[in-house]
Amino acid sequence: MDQLDQLITEAQTAFSAAPDANALEQAKARFLGKSGSVTELLKGLGKLDADARRAAGAEINRAKTAIETALESRRDALRNAQLQAQLAAEALDVTLPGRGLRQGGIHPVNRTLERVETLFRSIGFEVADGPEIETDWHNFTALNTPDNHPARSMHDTFYLEGASEVLLRTHTSPVQIRTMQTHAAKYQGGDMPELRIIAPGRVYRVDSDATHSPMFHQVEGLWIGEQISFAGLKGVVIDFLQRFFETDEMQVRFRPSFFPFTEPSAEIDFAFMSGPNKGRWLEIAGCGMVHPKVLANGGIDADRYTGFAFGMGLDRLTMLRYGVNDLRLFFDNDVRFLRQFND
Amino acid sequence: MQFSENWLRSLCNPSLDSAALCHLLTMAGLEVEEVHAAAPAFTGVVVAQIVAFEKHPNADRLRVCTVDAGQGAPLQIVCGAPNVEVGMKAPCAIVGAKLPGFEIKPAKLRGVESFGMMCSADELGMTQAHDGLLVLPADAPVGQDIRQYLALDDNSIVIKLTPNRPDCLSLAGIARELSALTDAPLQLPQITAVPATADVRRAVVLDAPQACPRYFGRVLRNVDTAAPTPDWMRQRLERCGVRSISIAVDVTNYVMLELGQPLHAFDDDKLQGAIHVRLPKQGECLTLLNGQDIEPAANMLLIADEARALALAGVMGGADSGVQAGETRNIFLESAFFQPDWIVGRARALNFSSDASHRFERGVDPELAARAIERATALILEICGGEAGPVVEAVDAAQLPKNQPVRFRPERARRVLGVAVTDADMRSAFERLALQVSADGDVWQVVAPSYRFDIAIEEDLIEEIARVVGYDNIPALPPQGPITMLPTVERKRPVTALRHLLAGRDYQEVISYAFVEEAWERDFAGNAAPIKLANPIASQMSVMRSSLIGGLVGALASNIRHRATRVRLFEIGRCFLGGDASEPVAGYRQPQRVAALAWGGSSREQWGVPARKVDFYDVKADLEVLLGGDVDCRAAVHPALHPGRCAEVLRDGKAIGVLGELHPALVQKYELVTPPVVFELELGEALSLRFPQFREIARFPAVERDIALVVDAGRSVGEMLAGLRAGTDAVLRSVEVFDVYSGKGIEPGFKSVALRIVLQHTDRTLEDAEADSVVGGLVARAAELFGAHLRA
Repeated sequence: MDQLDQLITEAQTAFSAAPDANALEQAKARFLGKSGSVTELLKGLGKLDADARRAAGAEINRAKTAIETALESRRDALRNAQLQAQLAAEALDVTLPGRGLRQGGIHPVNRTLERVETLFRSIGFEVADGPEIETDWHNFTALNTPDNHPARSMHDTFYLEGASEVLLRTHTSPVQIRTMQTHAAKYQGGDMPELRIIAPGRVYRVDSDATHSPMFHQVEGLWIGEQISFAGLKGVVIDFLQRFFETDEMQVRFRPSFFPFTEPSAEIDFAFMSGPNKGRWLEIAGCGMVHPKVLANGGIDADRYTGFAFGMGLDRLTMLRYGVNDLRLFFDNDVRFLRQFND
Repeated sequence: MQFSENWLRSLCNPSLDSAALCHLLTMAGLEVEEVHAAAPAFTGVVVAQIVAFEKHPNADRLRVCTVDAGQGAPLQIVCGAPNVEVGMKAPCAIVGAKLPGFEIKPAKLRGVESFGMMCSADELGMTQAHDGLLVLPADAPVGQDIRQYLALDDNSIVIKLTPNRPDCLSLAGIARELSALTDAPLQLPQITAVPATADVRRAVVLDAPQACPRYFGRVLRNVDTAAPTPDWMRQRLERCGVRSISIAVDVTNYVMLELGQPLHAFDDDKLQGAIHVRLPKQGECLTLLNGQDIEPAANMLLIADEARALALAGVMGGADSGVQAGETRNIFLESAFFQPDWIVGRARALNFSSDASHRFERGVDPELAARAIERATALILEICGGEAGPVVEAVDAAQLPKNQPVRFRPERARRVLGVAVTDADMRSAFERLALQVSADGDVWQVVAPSYRFDIAIEEDLIEEIARVVGYDNIPALPPQGPITMLPTVERKRPVTALRHLLAGRDYQEVISYAFVEEAWERDFAGNAAPIKLANPIASQMSVMRSSLIGGLVGALASNIRHRATRVRLFEIGRCFLGGDASEPVAGYRQPQRVAALAWGGSSREQWGVPARKVDFYDVKADLEVLLGGDVDCRAAVHPALHPGRCAEVLRDGKAIGVLGELHPALVQKYELVTPPVVFELELGEALSLRFPQFREIARFPAVERDIALVVDAGRSVGEMLAGLRAGTDAVLRSVEVFDVYSGKGIEPGFKSVALRIVLQHTDRTLEDAEADSVVGGLVARAAELFGAHLRA
């Protein structure tokens, strides 16, 4: 049977030598084709007697199986090589940039606004809104700042031509009045659920330099209920500052101040305990217990309900959070600046 | 309010250093804004006298001085100052002295030994723009430390006072507060009545007692108004930021700073008859001290004599009735109480402010005027000599303000503050502040002293408790309240989500000023009558915007100047238009809108793809994402947009905004090179979302048929789609456009619109013949409605 082993070796050699599928099929024909060597051998079996035929047949079939295995193996190898070649040819430069639109971005002040809204919503504050052209009554008088009150000179107000009773709101506080009136009207002076709102928005004052803009953003907070105290105001504001700046490493102080619409009133300063502003007191907000006249102007029973209110500059929060040094950058709309805040 | 720390400490001197004192004031509501040392730290500088000097042998400009610095033997000091004179006194830094930045050692200057340095003000860090040595008075004691002699260990402290605390607009007031907060004793100057030594008087008549219920006047005779202001007074004034002018003015300023009472000194010889405190007469004129000629408004209170108006009461004196240093011999001194309501805003209306009006409009103690006139009289007589007439008082007691008892409930104070202050501590806080507490139990009555104008209601008293307790000592507690969920509306997306959506479509958010230049309103909104500001800060910020488009184009133009090549912006904000009386602010409609602008390449500069400019349909696709599906557009005209490339955006047939390419004229005017595409929508519409509607999924296969219809080139594809979709065939699922073609093979003036029609039956598989019939029906309808025929 050396002849068969030789045949197997020959086939294996021939298959390995086949460079591609075509050559392999031709080589296959030499051994397994209609007149291939193995086929010829099988044809020759008929001349043998039964015992010899059985023995020789088994041997030939063994050889055939071995040759077929060699063929399959070579077929796999060739297929694999072809796939590899195709994959290699299809390879991309994965370092080239992607195509199509990219991400734009949100204005840094609104980025701050979103964070502020998220924090306050997490303790049940709703977001309220009000007009920016506002009546003198809502902006001043209802907030206990009657005509000629010295506090009016604290705000340099934009007025509209030909209209004495309207102005551009100088703060977001008029939203307090509007919200209280709506809330009070809804409950008609009876039992009333708590009122918890923040009111962010644009405000306007006649002022312009590196730290003042004729238009800027405030967020007003208001919480009215039967158990609202100054201690609670401190709790909420300190909680907010720590969450907003993501650090407990800060000092916060409340110092007496004056706003016509709150009594007692406080100015809030805070100081970081590390970083570039370490140890510097930074003014961040004005606040206080809502003045009874303001509650009354909002239609709320000032003896039964108390409330606190606070107002902060969103632009200032943004400047402190990201180290922006000029307020005017927020309104120059230079995309080279704005893009710095994109994800 | 600026004041000298030493002056304050002469009235109340708690054992606190300067920093602790400032902190205490700040935390009591008297915010310390600035602290300036009178002089920087230095030692070893004494008063010295130049005994003799000679020219330096080797230098023209130097002199060799013999100086008596009280050190025993005279010192030899080389000095280059031009104003050296024999006998003059000046500061001398002796050997061992430490000056800002250097130390004095024995030295040789051009070969001559020198044992010290004669000093200029500048060398001691005191700002004074004089060349040469700081000349000291002849009586300055030789050898005395200059810091002691000039009282240089002092600070000027600037506090920012809130309008409710006019009682602290004086040294006495701040000292009173300090004493209340620290228990350090209060040592105010002893003021005794100066007896009349001359029988000279001028009558005073209160013609408007509602405005001026109390007025003290006094004539001072034979006064030397040329007398120099004593150094101690000049120094205190300067450290309070007040320039010394002449003795009469200085004394009135001094008493105002010390006690808080503004005073005025008239030249008595220029007055005729009685003084009248009255309202102006028709057509009356007055020239003020600052040179301003005014015709006083009807609500401005005047000080007048029988001939003319003399001064604007509580605001400013007149130009020609005041004391003239050296000329005036007889003074008429005024110390009065004016009602704040009658002073407030008057100076502001005339575009200035004065120390007097600042105090009177906030409130001056009505009980102070009597003491202040005695204090000023005593100082003038002491410094200038002369005799005083009797004080003449005109008063309408009924019109004087009187602090009423204010109800106070300790329990409510505890509730409002959220801190358990005891009744005893509250009572003690009131007593320290000189608030009188009467009636005990749960309801107290508290009366504020006459110098407090800010205690009218219970909350004002609660604030006083908080101040004395210390805001720092009130705990920070999480407030207690019901925990309920906030409503959310599924049909409305939060503004935040809209921002993120647009940012996700490669738009950058901007914030533009709500006031714009008038031309923008004409150009971008066709608004010839915008809402104008009465007091704009600049002409390019003079009218309120009625569209966001101008701001976006403005931002684009400035970014192009910064060499941007592709800009995509959006803004969400209010616009301002005329409105009816039902608006929240009657007459003004203030809708919120969202607008976006795309300019430059359709995408970022990138490899492997041909670059092209962004166009109408790119931005329309953004709008489709924003509005959640197909956008209903109708050709329209807008002042800012290309007339052939402008659409009104509709929803349920209602216009909700515009979309289009900027008008070429504006592209040129604003130097934009290529046109941006913009849209502007009502914000509410951009936030509104569809509530999902469930429908069964069809289980039977859909049939797709593509057809191409040839129509007139001007025919709106949107209308065609709407017309075909409106068909009643129950099996028609969708008609979509997948190509629009004109050119070869299509006759000129026509276009081919390729449509993909999807048909599906809900209950069974659709037969081919049925599909053919439906498509045939659609083609027939297209022919009938739009004159279309199948492309050959």
